[in-house]
Amino acid sequence: MSKNSRKALGIFGFIIGILWLFPFYLIVTNSFKTPKGIFASVLSLPVNSTTDNYVNSFKALDFMASLTHSLIITVASVIVIILGSSMGAYALQRNKSKLSGGLLMLFISAMLIPFQSVMIPLTANFGGVHFLNMWGLVVMYLGFDCSLSIFLYQGTLSSIPLAMDEAAEMEGASRWQIFYKVIFPMLSPMTVTVAILNIIAIWNDYLLPSLVLPQTQYTIPLQMFNFFGQYTKQWHLALAGITISILPVILFYLIAQKWIIKGVTDGAVK
Amino acid sequence: MKNRSLSFWLFLTPTLVALALVVFIPVIEGLFYSFTDWDGLTYTKMVGFQNYIQLFHDKAFINAFWFTVGFVIVTVILLNVIGLGLALLVTQKFKGSNFLRTVFFMPNMIGGLILGFIWQFIFTQGFSALGDALHMSWLQNWLTNETTGFWGLVIVTVWQMSGYIMIIYIAYLQNIPNEVIEAAEIDGASAWQRFTKITFPMIAPAFTVCMFLTLSNGFKIYDQNLSLTNGGPYHSTQMLAMDIVNTAYNSSNFALSEAKAMIFFLIVAAISLLQVFYNRKREVDL
Repeated sequence: MSKNSRKALGIFGFIIGILWLFPFYLIVTNSFKTPKGIFASVLSLPVNSTTDNYVNSFKALDFMASLTHSLIITVASVIVIILGSSMGAYALQRNKSKLSGGLLMLFISAMLIPFQSVMIPLTANFGGVHFLNMWGLVVMYLGFDCSLSIFLYQGTLSSIPLAMDEAAEMEGASRWQIFYKVIFPMLSPMTVTVAILNIIAIWNDYLLPSLVLPQTQYTIPLQMFNFFGQYTKQWHLALAGITISILPVILFYLIAQKWIIKGVTDGAVK
Repeated sequence: MKNRSLSFWLFLTPTLVALALVVFIPVIEGLFYSFTDWDGLTYTKMVGFQNYIQLFHDKAFINAFWFTVGFVIVTVILLNVIGLGLALLVTQKFKGSNFLRTVFFMPNMIGGLILGFIWQFIFTQGFSALGDALHMSWLQNWLTNETTGFWGLVIVTVWQMSGYIMIIYIAYLQNIPNEVIEAAEIDGASAWQRFTKITFPMIAPAFTVCMFLTLSNGFKIYDQNLSLTNGGPYHSTQMLAMDIVNTAYNSSNFALSEAKAMIFFLIVAAISLLQVFYNRKREVDL
């Protein structure tokens, strides 16, 4: 490619990039304006900028509490999914029987079932045994998300030779020790992928937690929905709330970008 | 590990139990309840296919179905065209191309619910300000009717998912050996010829992957729909997933909601099975 056309391409890309970022510009700049300021001009930079919106929406969102709930639920679910799925995939991959093949099909077929088809009986059952809370939600995430994770782990496991298991067995390791000490560490690249995919999905999930969690355990999206209902048309507060809510994800993205892109690619292509 | 060995079953216990509790038992119950007069707690009698007959006369459901189909057609086309376009752009070697990759994927990190709120502001406040400044009346009153609600949902989805589709196309574009492109260049192939004769055929598998991803995602969208238009005005922008949820929790018509959910299941499953079938066929062809 010639130098000029490369430059032209760079300018074109730059313009598209600006266009892509424009929503963020509008949200962030207007979150520093007073209601009058937003009314006067949406597009301009804030004139008499104020941080009151942030102080107020931080309180109204009960942000530290909802951030904590989001963190606990996401971390607990992802750990349970990683452990459960890698163990399950290991058992299925190292057993070549028809039964094992059938069980794998069972897991994969569960991916076809949309959430709305199970939603009402699921919440009724968990409610019946008083499990409509964080911990019930963690079990639900394991059930919903283990299929894809098992499928991904299964692919990686097939490239780990059986000789690894046998060598450990010769040295007297139990099945659990073989898995925990030999196999699981070799799965780490896939564990990163499984973790990333589930973190993004669980952190942002709205419908399932809205049916499961009591108000005292609200996550960021649930709190945001409530907050938005209360402050309709009070855009100065709503926009500050939005900015606070997306900040953790954006930071996570900028820090872990390399793994996120790899994880998302693996998850879609495999 | 042998079928009868204890460790085989112990390793599988956590996921199998969770899968049964969370997916299989509820879906069987749901299927059963769709043939009853269930009210969410109890049922008094079996009603045969009555709920299924009713849903075909349910205006809200039929509207939601056609609205969703339209939405899916438009977004599948736009997402693939724009996603591939962005992928081609950022895989060229120019200053800032890596940064652009970061920018394009960023919206995909934010959940659908919050994305909808972000764009609600942009459509209602930002667009009207822009319309005033540029004297364009079509930028006014967005989200107040079905047409602008539809295009609003399309824009949000395109902004969110283009970066995701881009990432997948990039993965395939990077697999094209450089020598092939260079050889064609030496043979005097134009940029357009190189794209249509080499690049495009070589990323055909990516096209299948992205087609089905965008297809099944489009059918399942709920969060954006809830936060952007909440189905309004007058349920005109309500999509399938939302109609099912509202039939249950707003109208308390649980049996009908389950029947709708089973039809929804059939649609989504059919798309996924079609994908499996296509992939198999493609692998045979290669």
